[in-house]
Amino acid sequence: MGSGSWSVFTCTRPVFSIALFTLEAIFKTGNITQWIWHLFSVALVVFSLQQKELKPLRLTIVAFIPYVIISIFADLTNASNRLFFKQWEDYFDYALMFAYVWMGVVFFTQNRQVKAAEKERIKRQHEDDLNRAIAIRKVELEGLVVERTAELTKQKEALEQTLTELQATQKQLIQSEKMASLGELTAGIAHEIQNPLNFVNNFSEVNSELIAEMKEELLKGNIEEAKQIADDINDNEQKIIFHGKRADGIVKGMLQHSRSSTGVKEPVNINTLADEYLRLAYHGLRAKDKSFNATMKTEYDENIGNINIIPQDIGRVILNLITNAFYAVTEKKKAAVAPSEKPYEPTVTVSTKKAGNKVEIKVSDNGNGIPQKVLDKIFQPFFTTKPTGQGTGLGLSMSYDIVTKGHGGELKVENKEGEGATFIIILPV
Amino acid sequence: MKILVVDDERDVQVLFEQRFRKEIKNNEMEFVFAFSGEEAITYLNGHEHEAVLILSDINMPGMSGLELLKHIKQKYMKPPPIVMMITAYGDAENFNTAKELGADDFLTKPVDFTALKEKLKTNN
Repeated sequence: MGSGSWSVFTCTRPVFSIALFTLEAIFKTGNITQWIWHLFSVALVVFSLQQKELKPLRLTIVAFIPYVIISIFADLTNASNRLFFKQWEDYFDYALMFAYVWMGVVFFTQNRQVKAAEKERIKRQHEDDLNRAIAIRKVELEGLVVERTAELTKQKEALEQTLTELQATQKQLIQSEKMASLGELTAGIAHEIQNPLNFVNNFSEVNSELIAEMKEELLKGNIEEAKQIADDINDNEQKIIFHGKRADGIVKGMLQHSRSSTGVKEPVNINTLADEYLRLAYHGLRAKDKSFNATMKTEYDENIGNINIIPQDIGRVILNLITNAFYAVTEKKKAAVAPSEKPYEPTVTVSTKKAGNKVEIKVSDNGNGIPQKVLDKIFQPFFTTKPTGQGTGLGLSMSYDIVTKGHGGELKVENKEGEGATFIIILPV
Repeated sequence: MKILVVDDERDVQVLFEQRFRKEIKNNEMEFVFAFSGEEAITYLNGHEHEAVLILSDINMPGMSGLELLKHIKQKYMKPPPIVMMITAYGDAENFNTAKELGADDFLTKPVDFTALKEKLKTNN
Protein backbone atom coordinates (compact mmCIF):
# COMPACT_ATOMS: atom_id res chain seq x y z
CA MET A 1 0.00 0.00 0.00
CA GLY A 2 2.78 2.42 1.04
CA SER A 3 4.79 1.76 -2.08
CA GLY A 4 1.62 2.18 -4.16
CA SER A 5 0.83 5.65 -2.82
CA TRP A 6 4.47 6.58 -3.24
CA SER A 7 4.42 5.61 -6.85
CA VAL A 8 1.30 7.73 -7.44
CA PHE A 9 2.97 10.63 -5.68
CA THR A 10 6.23 10.31 -7.61
CA CYS A 11 4.38 10.12 -10.86
CA THR A 12 2.11 13.08 -10.27
CA ARG A 13 4.63 15.47 -8.64
CA PRO A 14 6.57 16.27 -11.85
CA VAL A 15 3.25 17.02 -13.49
CA PHE A 16 2.45 19.67 -10.85
CA SER A 17 5.90 21.11 -11.08
CA ILE A 18 5.70 21.39 -14.82
CA ALA A 19 2.27 23.04 -14.55
CA LEU A 20 3.64 25.71 -12.21
CA PHE A 21 6.63 26.38 -14.44
CA THR A 22 4.42 26.60 -17.42
CA LEU A 23 2.13 29.14 -15.73
CA GLU A 24 5.16 31.10 -14.61
CA ALA A 25 6.65 31.16 -18.09
CA ILE A 26 3.41 32.34 -19.65
CA PHE A 27 2.23 35.02 -17.22
CA LYS A 28 5.57 36.29 -15.83
CA THR A 29 4.20 37.29 -12.39
CA GLY A 30 5.77 39.61 -9.86
CA ASN A 31 9.33 39.76 -8.64
CA ILE A 32 9.19 38.42 -5.11
CA THR A 33 7.08 35.45 -6.06
CA GLN A 34 9.66 34.92 -8.79
CA TRP A 35 12.56 34.72 -6.36
CA ILE A 36 10.67 32.58 -3.87
CA TRP A 37 9.77 30.39 -6.73
CA HIS A 38 13.44 30.15 -7.82
CA LEU A 39 14.53 29.21 -4.30
CA PHE A 40 11.75 26.69 -4.04
CA SER A 41 12.75 25.22 -7.40
CA VAL A 42 16.40 24.83 -6.39
CA ALA A 43 15.38 23.34 -3.02
CA LEU A 44 12.99 20.99 -4.77
CA VAL A 45 15.66 19.83 -7.21
CA VAL A 46 18.26 19.31 -4.46
CA PHE A 47 15.73 17.57 -2.23
CA SER A 48 14.47 15.36 -5.05
CA LEU A 49 17.98 14.32 -6.02
CA GLN A 50 18.63 13.20 -2.41
CA GLN A 51 15.55 10.96 -2.23
CA LYS A 52 16.34 7.31 -2.86
CA GLU A 53 12.77 6.56 -3.79
CA LEU A 54 12.98 9.08 -6.63
CA LYS A 55 16.04 7.54 -8.15
CA PRO A 56 14.15 6.26 -11.19
CA LEU A 57 13.05 9.88 -11.88
CA ARG A 58 16.51 11.36 -11.49
CA LEU A 59 16.82 12.05 -15.20
CA THR A 60 13.60 14.09 -15.18
CA ILE A 61 14.75 16.04 -12.18
CA VAL A 62 18.09 16.73 -13.82
CA ALA A 63 16.14 17.87 -16.90
CA PHE A 64 14.67 20.71 -14.80
CA ILE A 65 18.10 22.04 -13.95
CA PRO A 66 18.82 23.91 -17.28
CA TYR A 67 15.43 25.56 -17.03
CA VAL A 68 15.95 26.59 -13.41
CA ILE A 69 19.47 27.86 -14.11
CA ILE A 70 18.45 29.78 -17.22
CA SER A 71 15.40 31.36 -15.58
CA ILE A 72 17.45 32.32 -12.47
CA PHE A 73 20.20 33.68 -14.71
CA ALA A 74 17.63 35.60 -16.78
CA ASP A 75 15.98 37.10 -13.72
CA LEU A 76 19.38 37.92 -12.21
CA THR A 77 20.41 39.65 -15.44
CA ASN A 78 17.09 41.45 -15.55
CA ALA A 79 17.55 42.67 -11.99
CA SER A 80 21.19 43.79 -12.37
CA ASN A 81 21.34 45.09 -15.97
CA ARG A 82 17.96 45.73 -17.39
CA LEU A 83 19.30 47.18 -20.58
CA PHE A 84 21.47 44.22 -21.29
CA PHE A 85 18.55 41.94 -20.51
CA LYS A 86 16.22 43.83 -22.84
CA GLN A 87 18.85 43.62 -25.52
CA TRP A 88 19.17 39.82 -25.10
CA GLU A 89 15.68 39.05 -23.91
CA ASP A 90 14.74 37.21 -27.05
CA TYR A 91 17.72 34.96 -26.64
CA PHE A 92 16.82 34.29 -23.01
CA ASP A 93 13.33 33.46 -24.14
CA TYR A 94 14.71 31.10 -26.77
CA ALA A 95 17.00 29.46 -24.23
CA LEU A 96 14.11 29.10 -21.83
CA MET A 97 11.92 27.75 -24.56
CA PHE A 98 14.61 25.32 -25.53
CA ALA A 99 15.14 24.20 -21.90
CA TYR A 100 11.40 23.87 -21.60
CA VAL A 101 11.14 21.67 -24.70
CA TRP A 102 14.14 19.68 -23.56
CA MET A 103 12.48 19.10 -20.23
CA GLY A 104 9.29 17.95 -21.92
CA VAL A 105 11.18 15.53 -24.17
CA VAL A 106 13.11 14.11 -21.23
CA PHE A 107 9.92 13.87 -19.23
CA PHE A 108 8.08 11.92 -21.91
CA THR A 109 11.05 9.66 -22.56
CA GLN A 110 11.41 9.08 -18.87
CA ASN A 111 7.74 8.46 -18.46
CA ARG A 112 7.86 5.93 -21.22
CA GLN A 113 10.87 4.26 -19.68
CA VAL A 114 9.11 4.12 -16.32
CA LYS A 115 6.10 2.54 -17.94
CA ALA A 116 8.31 0.04 -19.75
CA ALA A 117 10.15 -0.67 -16.50
CA GLU A 118 6.84 -1.23 -14.77
CA LYS A 119 5.74 -3.57 -17.50
CA GLU A 120 9.07 -5.34 -17.22
CA ARG A 121 8.66 -5.53 -13.44
CA ILE A 122 5.21 -7.08 -13.75
CA LYS A 123 6.52 -9.50 -16.29
CA ARG A 124 9.42 -10.42 -14.04
CA GLN A 125 7.12 -10.83 -11.08
CA HIS A 126 4.96 -13.09 -13.19
CA GLU A 127 8.03 -15.07 -14.13
CA ASP A 128 9.08 -15.19 -10.50
CA ASP A 129 5.66 -16.50 -9.55
CA LEU A 130 5.91 -19.06 -12.28
CA ASN A 131 9.42 -20.05 -11.20
CA ARG A 132 8.29 -20.34 -7.62
CA ALA A 133 5.40 -22.57 -8.70
CA ILE A 134 7.81 -24.64 -10.77
CA ALA A 135 10.19 -24.93 -7.83
CA ILE A 136 7.37 -26.12 -5.58
CA ARG A 137 6.24 -28.62 -8.21
CA LYS A 138 9.85 -29.74 -8.63
CA VAL A 139 10.17 -30.47 -4.91
CA GLU A 140 6.89 -32.35 -5.03
CA LEU A 141 8.04 -34.35 -8.04
CA GLU A 142 11.39 -35.09 -6.45
CA GLY A 143 9.55 -36.44 -3.42
CA LEU A 144 7.41 -38.54 -5.70
CA VAL A 145 10.46 -39.86 -7.53
CA VAL A 146 12.12 -40.83 -4.26
CA GLU A 147 8.92 -42.57 -3.22
CA ARG A 148 8.60 -44.42 -6.53
CA THR A 149 12.27 -45.37 -6.50
CA ALA A 150 11.88 -46.83 -3.04
CA GLU A 151 8.84 -48.75 -4.22
CA LEU A 152 10.68 -50.08 -7.28
CA THR A 153 13.72 -51.03 -5.23
CA LYS A 154 11.44 -52.93 -2.91
CA GLN A 155 9.81 -54.71 -5.84
CA LYS A 156 13.20 -55.46 -7.38
CA GLU A 157 14.40 -56.98 -4.11
CA ALA A 158 11.24 -59.04 -3.84
CA LEU A 159 11.75 -60.28 -7.41
CA GLU A 160 15.37 -61.12 -6.76
CA GLN A 161 14.31 -63.06 -3.70
CA THR A 162 11.70 -64.92 -5.76
CA LEU A 163 14.26 -65.65 -8.46
CA THR A 164 16.68 -67.10 -5.91
CA GLU A 165 13.91 -69.24 -4.50
CA LEU A 166 12.93 -70.39 -7.98
CA GLN A 167 16.49 -71.31 -8.79
CA ALA A 168 16.74 -73.31 -5.59
CA THR A 169 13.45 -75.00 -6.40
CA GLN A 170 14.65 -75.83 -9.88
CA LYS A 171 17.77 -77.44 -8.44
CA GLN A 172 15.60 -79.46 -6.08
CA LEU A 173 13.33 -80.45 -8.94
CA ILE A 174 16.23 -81.64 -11.05
CA GLN A 175 17.44 -83.67 -8.11
CA SER A 176 13.97 -85.09 -7.47
CA GLU A 177 13.58 -85.89 -11.16
CA LYS A 178 16.80 -87.83 -10.89
CA MET A 179 15.57 -89.57 -7.81
CA ALA A 180 12.19 -90.28 -9.41
CA SER A 181 13.90 -91.96 -12.34
CA LEU A 182 16.04 -93.86 -9.87
CA GLY A 183 12.86 -94.95 -8.07
CA GLU A 184 11.48 -96.22 -11.34
CA LEU A 185 14.68 -98.15 -11.74
CA THR A 186 14.80 -99.67 -8.29
CA ALA A 187 12.74 -102.71 -9.14
CA GLY A 188 14.64 -103.17 -12.36
CA ILE A 189 17.90 -102.86 -10.51
CA ALA A 190 16.76 -105.39 -7.91
CA HIS A 191 15.84 -107.79 -10.68
CA GLU A 192 19.02 -107.17 -12.55
CA ILE A 193 21.13 -107.76 -9.46
CA GLN A 194 19.08 -110.69 -8.25
CA ASN A 195 19.61 -112.67 -11.43
CA PRO A 196 23.42 -112.59 -11.48
CA LEU A 197 23.51 -113.15 -7.73
CA ASN A 198 21.36 -116.25 -8.15
CA PHE A 199 23.84 -117.53 -10.68
CA VAL A 200 26.76 -116.78 -8.39
CA ASN A 201 25.07 -118.66 -5.54
CA ASN A 202 23.89 -121.54 -7.69
CA PHE A 203 27.19 -122.11 -9.46
CA SER A 204 29.06 -121.87 -6.18
CA GLU A 205 26.81 -124.55 -4.71
CA VAL A 206 27.27 -126.71 -7.80
CA ASN A 207 30.99 -126.27 -7.55
CA SER A 208 31.16 -127.42 -3.96
CA GLU A 209 29.14 -130.48 -4.97
CA LEU A 210 31.46 -131.06 -7.91
CA ILE A 211 34.53 -130.77 -5.73
CA ALA A 212 33.11 -133.44 -3.43
CA GLU A 213 32.44 -135.63 -6.47
CA MET A 214 35.89 -134.98 -7.84
CA LYS A 215 37.42 -136.11 -4.53
CA GLU A 216 35.37 -139.30 -4.69
CA GLU A 217 36.55 -139.99 -8.24
CA LEU A 218 40.15 -139.31 -7.24
CA LEU A 219 39.87 -141.73 -4.35
CA LYS A 220 38.46 -144.30 -6.76
CA GLY A 221 41.44 -143.60 -9.01
CA ASN A 222 39.28 -142.29 -11.92
CA ILE A 223 41.70 -139.62 -13.03
CA GLU A 224 39.94 -138.92 -16.34
CA GLU A 225 36.60 -138.48 -14.64
CA ALA A 226 38.18 -136.18 -12.03
CA LYS A 227 39.80 -134.12 -14.78
CA GLN A 228 36.49 -133.66 -16.51
CA ILE A 229 34.87 -132.49 -13.27
CA ALA A 230 37.76 -130.07 -12.75
CA ASP A 231 37.05 -128.61 -16.19
CA ASP A 232 33.40 -128.18 -15.26
CA ILE A 233 34.39 -126.50 -12.02
CA ASN A 234 36.59 -124.14 -14.01
CA ASP A 235 33.76 -123.31 -16.43
CA ASN A 236 31.46 -122.63 -13.49
CA GLU A 237 34.08 -120.36 -11.94
CA GLN A 238 34.08 -118.34 -15.14
CA LYS A 239 30.30 -118.05 -14.87
CA ILE A 240 30.60 -116.94 -11.26
CA ILE A 241 33.11 -114.27 -12.20
CA PHE A 242 31.00 -113.16 -15.15
CA HIS A 243 27.82 -112.80 -13.12
CA GLY A 244 29.66 -111.23 -10.20
CA LYS A 245 30.98 -108.57 -12.55
CA ARG A 246 27.54 -108.11 -14.06
CA ALA A 247 26.05 -107.34 -10.64
CA ASP A 248 29.00 -105.10 -9.90
CA GLY A 249 28.44 -103.14 -13.09
CA ILE A 250 24.78 -102.63 -12.31
CA VAL A 251 25.48 -101.36 -8.81
CA LYS A 252 28.13 -99.02 -10.17
CA GLY A 253 25.73 -97.81 -12.84
CA MET A 254 23.07 -97.18 -10.23
CA LEU A 255 25.48 -95.23 -8.05
CA GLN A 256 26.55 -93.23 -11.05
CA HIS A 257 22.97 -92.46 -11.83
CA SER A 258 22.15 -91.19 -8.36
CA ARG A 259 25.38 -89.28 -7.96
CA SER A 260 25.54 -85.79 -9.32
CA SER A 261 27.31 -85.68 -12.62
CA THR A 262 31.07 -85.38 -12.50
CA GLY A 263 30.86 -83.47 -15.75
CA VAL A 264 33.95 -85.33 -16.89
CA LYS A 265 33.95 -87.02 -20.26
CA GLU A 266 35.45 -90.46 -20.46
CA PRO A 267 35.65 -93.19 -23.08
CA VAL A 268 32.48 -95.25 -22.86
CA ASN A 269 31.05 -98.10 -24.89
CA ILE A 270 27.74 -96.60 -25.90
CA ASN A 271 26.23 -100.00 -26.77
CA THR A 272 26.88 -101.37 -23.29
CA LEU A 273 25.51 -98.21 -21.71
CA ALA A 274 22.36 -98.27 -23.83
CA ASP A 275 21.79 -101.96 -23.22
CA GLU A 276 22.22 -101.58 -19.48
CA TYR A 277 19.61 -98.84 -19.26
CA LEU A 278 17.27 -100.66 -21.62
CA ARG A 279 17.25 -103.68 -19.33
CA LEU A 280 16.96 -101.56 -16.19
CA ALA A 281 14.03 -99.63 -17.61
CA TYR A 282 12.32 -102.75 -18.87
CA HIS A 283 12.58 -104.67 -15.62
CA GLY A 284 11.74 -101.57 -13.63
CA LEU A 285 8.47 -101.11 -15.48
CA ARG A 286 7.82 -104.82 -15.43
CA ALA A 287 8.15 -104.90 -11.66
CA LYS A 288 5.84 -101.92 -11.25
CA ASP A 289 3.17 -103.05 -13.66
CA LYS A 290 2.75 -106.80 -13.88
CA SER A 291 0.75 -106.58 -17.06
CA PHE A 292 3.47 -104.57 -18.77
CA ASN A 293 5.09 -106.30 -21.65
CA ALA A 294 6.96 -105.17 -24.68
CA THR A 295 9.35 -106.53 -27.20
CA MET A 296 12.82 -105.04 -26.98
CA LYS A 297 14.79 -104.91 -30.18
CA THR A 298 18.40 -103.86 -30.30
CA GLU A 299 20.57 -103.09 -33.29
CA TYR A 300 24.02 -102.14 -32.13
CA ASP A 301 26.79 -101.04 -34.45
CA GLU A 302 29.79 -102.92 -33.08
CA ASN A 303 32.20 -100.65 -34.96
CA ILE A 304 31.56 -97.64 -32.77
CA GLY A 305 34.03 -98.55 -30.05
CA ASN A 306 34.42 -96.15 -27.14
CA ILE A 307 33.32 -92.56 -27.43
CA ASN A 308 34.04 -89.67 -25.08
CA ILE A 309 30.91 -88.77 -23.12
CA ILE A 310 29.80 -88.05 -19.58
CA PRO A 311 28.36 -91.52 -18.88
CA GLN A 312 25.94 -90.52 -16.07
CA ASP A 313 24.43 -87.77 -18.17
CA ILE A 314 24.07 -89.67 -21.44
CA GLY A 315 22.85 -92.66 -19.43
CA ARG A 316 20.11 -90.47 -18.02
CA VAL A 317 19.13 -89.28 -21.48
CA ILE A 318 18.95 -92.84 -22.82
CA LEU A 319 17.01 -93.99 -19.78
CA ASN A 320 14.59 -91.12 -20.15
CA LEU A 321 13.98 -91.84 -23.83
CA ILE A 322 13.53 -95.56 -23.22
CA THR A 323 11.16 -94.97 -20.29
CA ASN A 324 9.13 -92.60 -22.48
CA ALA A 325 9.05 -95.19 -25.27
CA PHE A 326 7.82 -97.90 -22.95
CA TYR A 327 5.23 -95.50 -21.56
CA ALA A 328 4.02 -94.75 -25.09
CA VAL A 329 3.58 -98.39 -26.08
CA THR A 330 1.87 -99.20 -22.78
CA GLU A 331 -0.61 -96.37 -23.32
CA LYS A 332 -1.37 -97.62 -26.82
CA LYS A 333 -1.87 -101.15 -25.58
CA LYS A 334 -4.21 -99.98 -22.82
CA ALA A 335 -6.24 -97.98 -25.34
CA ALA A 336 -6.56 -100.90 -27.75
CA VAL A 337 -9.63 -102.49 -26.16
CA ALA A 338 -11.14 -104.38 -29.04
CA PRO A 339 -8.81 -107.00 -30.48
CA SER A 340 -8.19 -105.94 -34.04
CA GLU A 341 -7.20 -108.16 -36.94
CA LYS A 342 -3.56 -107.40 -36.43
CA PRO A 343 -2.81 -107.73 -32.71
CA TYR A 344 -0.75 -104.82 -31.41
CA GLU A 345 2.77 -105.81 -30.50
CA PRO A 346 4.36 -103.14 -28.31
CA THR A 347 7.93 -102.77 -29.47
CA VAL A 348 10.79 -100.55 -28.39
CA THR A 349 13.90 -100.50 -30.51
CA VAL A 350 17.28 -99.16 -29.48
CA SER A 351 19.90 -98.84 -32.16
CA THR A 352 23.29 -97.26 -32.56
CA LYS A 353 25.08 -96.27 -35.71
CA LYS A 354 28.33 -94.62 -36.60
CA ALA A 355 28.06 -92.18 -39.47
CA GLY A 356 31.23 -90.32 -40.36
CA ASN A 357 32.43 -88.46 -37.29
CA LYS A 358 29.08 -88.76 -35.59
CA VAL A 359 27.34 -91.40 -33.53
CA GLU A 360 23.57 -91.81 -33.63
CA ILE A 361 21.59 -93.41 -30.85
CA LYS A 362 17.99 -94.05 -31.83
CA VAL A 363 15.16 -94.95 -29.50
CA SER A 364 12.00 -95.87 -31.40
CA ASP A 365 8.60 -97.00 -30.27
CA ASN A 366 5.50 -98.07 -32.15
CA GLY A 367 3.15 -96.21 -29.81
CA ASN A 368 0.74 -93.48 -30.80
CA GLY A 369 3.38 -90.89 -31.54
CA ILE A 370 3.29 -87.33 -30.29
CA PRO A 371 0.24 -85.19 -31.12
CA GLN A 372 1.24 -82.40 -33.50
CA LYS A 373 -0.07 -79.71 -31.17
CA VAL A 374 2.33 -80.63 -28.36
CA LEU A 375 5.32 -81.49 -30.53
CA ASP A 376 6.77 -77.98 -30.17
CA LYS A 377 6.54 -78.10 -26.41
CA ILE A 378 8.07 -81.45 -25.56
CA PHE A 379 11.51 -80.03 -24.84
CA GLN A 380 10.15 -77.25 -22.63
CA PRO A 381 10.74 -77.62 -18.92
CA PHE A 382 7.73 -78.76 -16.90
CA PHE A 383 5.77 -79.79 -19.97
CA THR A 384 4.23 -83.20 -19.50
CA THR A 385 1.31 -85.10 -20.93
CA LYS A 386 1.28 -87.47 -18.01
CA PRO A 387 -1.37 -87.09 -15.31
CA THR A 388 -0.46 -84.76 -12.42
CA GLY A 389 2.06 -86.29 -10.09
CA GLN A 390 3.27 -88.88 -12.59
CA GLY A 391 5.72 -86.84 -14.56
CA THR A 392 7.95 -83.94 -13.59
CA GLY A 393 8.05 -82.60 -17.13
CA LEU A 394 11.80 -82.24 -16.78
CA GLY A 395 12.96 -85.44 -18.47
CA LEU A 396 13.14 -84.27 -22.06
CA SER A 397 14.19 -80.70 -21.28
CA MET A 398 17.07 -82.01 -19.18
CA SER A 399 17.93 -84.54 -21.87
CA TYR A 400 17.97 -81.76 -24.44
CA ASP A 401 20.35 -79.68 -22.32
CA ILE A 402 22.64 -82.64 -21.68
CA VAL A 403 22.92 -83.52 -25.37
CA THR A 404 23.18 -80.01 -26.80
CA LYS A 405 24.94 -77.98 -24.11
CA GLY A 406 26.84 -80.78 -22.42
CA HIS A 407 28.00 -82.68 -25.48
CA GLY A 408 27.62 -80.34 -28.45
CA GLY A 409 25.23 -82.80 -30.04
CA GLU A 410 21.64 -82.80 -31.26
CA LEU A 411 18.45 -84.31 -29.95
CA LYS A 412 15.90 -84.79 -32.70
CA VAL A 413 12.52 -86.35 -32.94
CA GLU A 414 10.87 -88.09 -35.86
CA ASN A 415 7.20 -88.53 -35.32
CA LYS A 416 4.31 -90.22 -37.06
CA GLU A 417 1.06 -89.63 -35.30
CA GLY A 418 -0.58 -92.94 -34.57
CA GLU A 419 2.47 -94.93 -35.60
CA GLY A 420 5.15 -94.03 -33.13
CA ALA A 421 8.04 -91.72 -32.35
CA THR A 422 11.78 -91.95 -32.78
CA PHE A 423 14.19 -89.91 -30.74
CA ILE A 424 17.68 -89.54 -32.14
CA ILE A 425 20.69 -88.51 -30.12
CA ILE A 426 23.50 -87.35 -32.39
CA LEU A 427 26.88 -87.02 -30.70
CA PRO A 428 30.09 -85.78 -32.27
CA VAL A 429 32.94 -88.26 -31.85
CA MET B 1 10.94 -137.66 -18.14
CA LYS B 2 11.40 -134.72 -20.45
CA ILE B 3 11.52 -131.26 -18.90
CA LEU B 4 11.34 -128.00 -20.88
CA VAL B 5 13.05 -125.07 -19.15
CA VAL B 6 12.06 -121.61 -20.38
CA ASP B 7 14.21 -118.66 -19.30
CA ASP B 8 15.76 -115.70 -21.07
CA GLU B 9 19.01 -116.18 -19.13
CA ARG B 10 21.15 -118.53 -21.18
CA ASP B 11 23.33 -119.65 -18.25
CA VAL B 12 20.25 -121.35 -16.84
CA GLN B 13 21.02 -124.18 -19.23
CA VAL B 14 24.52 -124.74 -17.85
CA LEU B 15 23.20 -124.46 -14.33
CA PHE B 16 20.48 -127.08 -14.84
CA GLU B 17 22.83 -129.41 -16.65
CA GLN B 18 25.26 -129.25 -13.76
CA ARG B 19 22.67 -129.44 -11.04
CA PHE B 20 21.01 -132.45 -12.57
CA ARG B 21 24.18 -134.04 -13.94
CA LYS B 22 23.58 -137.29 -12.07
CA GLU B 23 19.95 -137.53 -13.17
CA ILE B 24 20.89 -136.72 -16.76
CA LYS B 25 23.72 -139.23 -16.65
CA ASN B 26 21.41 -141.90 -15.30
CA ASN B 27 18.78 -141.03 -17.92
CA GLU B 28 16.28 -140.26 -15.20
CA MET B 29 15.62 -136.83 -16.64
CA GLU B 30 16.02 -135.13 -19.98
CA PHE B 31 16.26 -131.35 -20.29
CA VAL B 32 15.34 -129.14 -23.22
CA PHE B 33 15.84 -125.38 -23.14
CA ALA B 34 14.00 -122.46 -24.67
CA PHE B 35 15.09 -118.85 -24.16
CA SER B 36 11.79 -117.15 -24.75
CA GLY B 37 8.08 -117.90 -24.61
CA GLU B 38 7.89 -117.85 -28.39
CA GLU B 39 10.75 -120.35 -28.66
CA ALA B 40 9.01 -122.60 -26.14
CA ILE B 41 5.81 -122.63 -28.21
CA THR B 42 7.79 -123.42 -31.35
CA TYR B 43 9.41 -126.33 -29.55
CA LEU B 44 6.11 -127.61 -28.18
CA ASN B 45 4.53 -127.40 -31.63
CA GLY B 46 7.28 -129.58 -33.04
CA HIS B 47 7.47 -132.02 -30.18
CA GLU B 48 3.93 -132.59 -29.03
CA HIS B 49 3.47 -134.85 -26.03
CA GLU B 50 7.20 -135.06 -25.48
CA ALA B 51 7.66 -132.62 -22.65
CA VAL B 52 5.66 -133.61 -19.63
CA LEU B 53 6.89 -130.84 -17.39
CA ILE B 54 7.56 -127.23 -18.17
CA LEU B 55 9.55 -124.90 -15.91
CA SER B 56 9.06 -121.32 -16.99
CA ASP B 57 10.35 -117.98 -15.89
CA ILE B 58 7.72 -115.24 -15.72
CA ASN B 59 9.74 -112.15 -16.56
CA MET B 60 10.96 -112.49 -20.09
CA PRO B 61 11.08 -109.96 -22.88
CA GLY B 62 8.34 -110.49 -25.42
CA MET B 63 5.92 -113.18 -24.42
CA SER B 64 5.90 -113.45 -20.66
CA GLY B 65 5.81 -116.71 -18.71
CA LEU B 66 2.21 -116.06 -17.77
CA GLU B 67 1.19 -115.65 -21.40
CA LEU B 68 3.01 -118.88 -22.23
CA LEU B 69 1.21 -120.60 -19.37
CA LYS B 70 -2.16 -119.36 -20.61
CA HIS B 71 -1.33 -120.48 -24.11
CA ILE B 72 -0.28 -123.97 -23.02
CA LYS B 73 -3.18 -124.54 -20.66
CA GLN B 74 -5.87 -123.26 -23.02
CA LYS B 75 -4.79 -124.21 -26.48
CA TYR B 76 -2.46 -127.09 -26.00
CA MET B 77 -2.39 -130.77 -25.73
CA LYS B 78 -4.78 -132.85 -23.70
CA PRO B 79 -3.80 -133.57 -21.07
CA PRO B 80 -1.71 -130.41 -20.88
CA PRO B 81 1.77 -130.79 -19.38
CA ILE B 82 2.58 -129.83 -15.82
CA VAL B 83 3.68 -126.19 -15.75
CA MET B 84 5.73 -124.76 -12.88
CA MET B 85 6.31 -121.03 -12.81
CA ILE B 86 9.56 -119.54 -11.55
CA THR B 87 9.84 -115.84 -10.82
CA ALA B 88 12.16 -113.39 -9.16
CA TYR B 89 9.13 -111.56 -7.80
CA GLY B 90 7.31 -113.78 -5.35
CA ASP B 91 4.42 -111.34 -5.05
CA ALA B 92 0.79 -112.26 -4.52
CA GLU B 93 -0.37 -110.82 -7.82
CA ASN B 94 1.95 -112.97 -9.91
CA PHE B 95 1.16 -115.97 -7.74
CA ASN B 96 -2.61 -115.53 -8.03
CA THR B 97 -2.51 -114.92 -11.78
CA ALA B 98 -0.36 -118.01 -12.26
CA LYS B 99 -2.75 -120.10 -10.16
CA GLU B 100 -5.79 -118.77 -12.03
CA LEU B 101 -4.19 -119.62 -15.33
CA GLY B 102 -3.66 -123.16 -14.13
CA ALA B 103 -0.04 -123.23 -12.99
CA ASP B 104 0.74 -126.44 -11.15
CA ASP B 105 3.35 -124.92 -8.94
CA PHE B 106 4.98 -121.59 -8.20
CA LEU B 107 8.64 -121.22 -7.30
CA THR B 108 10.62 -118.10 -6.46
CA LYS B 109 14.17 -117.32 -7.44
CA PRO B 110 16.75 -118.20 -6.23
CA VAL B 111 15.57 -121.73 -6.96
CA ASP B 112 16.12 -124.21 -4.20
CA PHE B 113 17.40 -127.07 -6.37
CA THR B 114 17.16 -129.67 -3.63
CA ALA B 115 13.47 -128.87 -3.20
CA LEU B 116 12.98 -128.75 -6.97
CA LYS B 117 14.58 -132.16 -7.35
CA GLU B 118 12.18 -133.59 -4.78
CA LYS B 119 9.22 -132.06 -6.57
CA LEU B 120 10.33 -133.38 -9.95
CA LYS B 121 10.87 -136.83 -8.52
CA THR B 122 7.39 -136.97 -6.96
CA ASN B 123 5.90 -135.81 -10.26
CA ASN B 124 7.77 -138.47 -12.10
